[in-house]
Amino acid sequence: MSLITPARRTTATAQAPAAQSRPAPRRSGTPWMFLAPAIVLFVLFLAAPIVYAGYLSLRKVQVSGLGLGAKSRTEVWAGLSNYARSLTDPEFLPSVLRVGAYGLIVVPTMLGLALLMALLLDANRTRESIGKFARISIFLPYAVPAVVASLLWGFLYLPRVSPFNDALEALGLPAPNLLSNDLTLWAVANIAVWGGVGFNMIVIYTALRAVPTSLYESARIDGASETAIAWRIKIPIVMPSLVMTFVFSLIATLQVFAEPMTLRPLANTISTTWTPLMKVYRDAFTRNDIYAAAATSVIIALATFILSFGFLKLVGRRAFNQED
Amino acid sequence: MKTKFAPLVAALTLFAVTACSSSDSDSSTQQEEPTGPVALTYWSWAPNMDKVVAAWNAKNPNIQVTVNKQDGGDPAVTKLLTAIKAGSGAPDIMQAEYQKIPTLVSSDAIVDIAAEVGSVKDKFPEGAWSGVTLGSEAVYGVPQDSGPLMFFYRSDVFDKNGLQAPKTWDDYAAAAEKIHKANPKQYLGTFSSNDPGLFAGLAQQAGGSWWGVKGDAWSVNINEPNTQKVAAYWGGLVEKGVIDNKPMYTPEWNAALNDGTQVGWVSAVWAPGVLEGSAKDTKGKWKAATMPQWDVAAPATGNWGGSATSVTTQSKYKKQAAQFATWLNTDPEALKLLAGTANVYPAANDAASVLTSPPAFFSDQPDFYTIAGEAAKVTKPFTYGPNVNVAYNAFNDAFGKAAESKKATAFTEGLATMQQTTVDDLKNTGFTVAG
Repeated sequence: MSLITPARRTTATAQAPAAQSRPAPRRSGTPWMFLAPAIVLFVLFLAAPIVYAGYLSLRKVQVSGLGLGAKSRTEVWAGLSNYARSLTDPEFLPSVLRVGAYGLIVVPTMLGLALLMALLLDANRTRESIGKFARISIFLPYAVPAVVASLLWGFLYLPRVSPFNDALEALGLPAPNLLSNDLTLWAVANIAVWGGVGFNMIVIYTALRAVPTSLYESARIDGASETAIAWRIKIPIVMPSLVMTFVFSLIATLQVFAEPMTLRPLANTISTTWTPLMKVYRDAFTRNDIYAAAATSVIIALATFILSFGFLKLVGRRAFNQED
Repeated sequence: MKTKFAPLVAALTLFAVTACSSSDSDSSTQQEEPTGPVALTYWSWAPNMDKVVAAWNAKNPNIQVTVNKQDGGDPAVTKLLTAIKAGSGAPDIMQAEYQKIPTLVSSDAIVDIAAEVGSVKDKFPEGAWSGVTLGSEAVYGVPQDSGPLMFFYRSDVFDKNGLQAPKTWDDYAAAAEKIHKANPKQYLGTFSSNDPGLFAGLAQQAGGSWWGVKGDAWSVNINEPNTQKVAAYWGGLVEKGVIDNKPMYTPEWNAALNDGTQVGWVSAVWAPGVLEGSAKDTKGKWKAATMPQWDVAAPATGNWGGSATSVTTQSKYKKQAAQFATWLNTDPEALKLLAGTANVYPAANDAASVLTSPPAFFSDQPDFYTIAGEAAKVTKPFTYGPNVNVAYNAFNDAFGKAAESKKATAFTEGLATMQQTTVDDLKNTGFTVAG
């Protein structure tokens, strides 16, 4: 086709000078055909559900009388009342604050450990066999599904079935109840850190591997110690990776669900609205109120969007300038 | 681009056509008179239900019933409600748990079969019957099985401490204290914030009934004196520390039953099956008894679990379906099969006559089902409302906090939270709430 077109255009130009400024408006469907599968999938499985969730968040069920006869339930417009109910729910703000505290524990701990391990592995580049083993064993927890990990940890937390408690008792030490009011948040955070360090470590480590060794050599010639190399060269160079892992961790924090949901039946301290997403789940599937669930989902989606893009805007220039 | 959509469009059209063709007859109340044999489908999750139904099919060549095995109470209800919304795909007959019946009626999923079942009311204890009528004149199913509350205890531990099976709740409290004092690791029970069904049963025993119908309005009576008495009682035991405050059905609880840390269980007639799985090392040490009472002169019990056989709104042969439901749950032959092969504890008064040998885990207690029968007879009436799920969920959260705090006042405050949440939800959905 591209071979034929120039020939056509020359004839067209010769016959009608007007067509020169504007090429023949012949529209081709070819790009659309190539795009169609992606567009269809995007519309069916992403755009349509989002629009539908937005629609549901503005609706509610209206019952007449006892609600027992046929046709006693009708769906009506609710305006913004679902949003008002979500935001004023006495359980909503505590769940948001709880997730905030959870994020303050998880994100720095997880990224700090991931960075530390990546630097340690990188410092040891020459001993490839140990490095490989260490890499895989740090990464492995990431391959364990969150539900399975939570069950495993749940067993370790429960005083009666935990081997740690037996060990502590044998040593004559008091065994803490990790699922008590004071410690539950830490117990949940621990599962997330355990599962997340490996993935973030691999991302940072991969960025470190891309740094040419000549940089380190010149630094050493200038008399820099290994610590100084890590602080002055390695960390600034992997800053974009750190920013990326931070955004991922931020999103994962806002969406924390599987870990507390799995631990919930084991203890009294995790309520069914412990995190905002658990509240969505409860509204939709325990209370059969998909309308309130949709409204809360929209709020969470907006918050995630604002936080992640706000953060990227804040650090974006500084982080990515390093690449120049 | 049009050609891209063609298969999708074709598939959707096909789907729409099949969906329409299967629901071409409108679901008006007009009873269709069958010209030949009638085929009915039945959703149930009871084991071996097909063998029970085979007995019916052999005797009723004109009404043939096919059992469609379900995963359990919750998934079956979700599936049924989806089929009702879709307009087709629902069975004719449905096993429905008592606490789900108001939701199913409210979603227009099951029908009133008062005219079809006639006078079977006398064949059931009042407690089971109130579960299918919702306190009205309508009948939304025939009671199938019930879970009368009973008390299970480790007889060896009781003997060692010189205790008798508790007759009253005061006895229970005294026994709990004595056992825990003798061995600080042992508890006679636990208060589980994960099991609103059990707490509802305990309130039922004390005379509570959480919902009610007053004309065109629902009433909610969760925070009422009888239930308050129950909440304060358990809160008191937890505060004293003589019973545990951890939830049931956790790995820890299973271990505690098996290693003799939990030496009693307020549960229902189906408990032997659970104990067999969780506490297999203690076989032969357990004994079943009737519930501790609030008033020995007027023995009572509540329910934990149980279901009815209902007819769906999509059934074309409601009369025949109701006929089958009645046979299944009242005919002596069917009751025998239900108890023997489907492993359910029939709700009918006649159940005691067909249950003769005790469950395997209680093989040295030949009068197990006599005790169960006594319990079932005194089951108090209890009405479930249209938002049991909301109230139960409020229980999980409010009593989780209360149990963790170990304060009796927190237990009664939990009831106020449950009441408030349940009423607010009803009002928000547009129900009229009385009182």
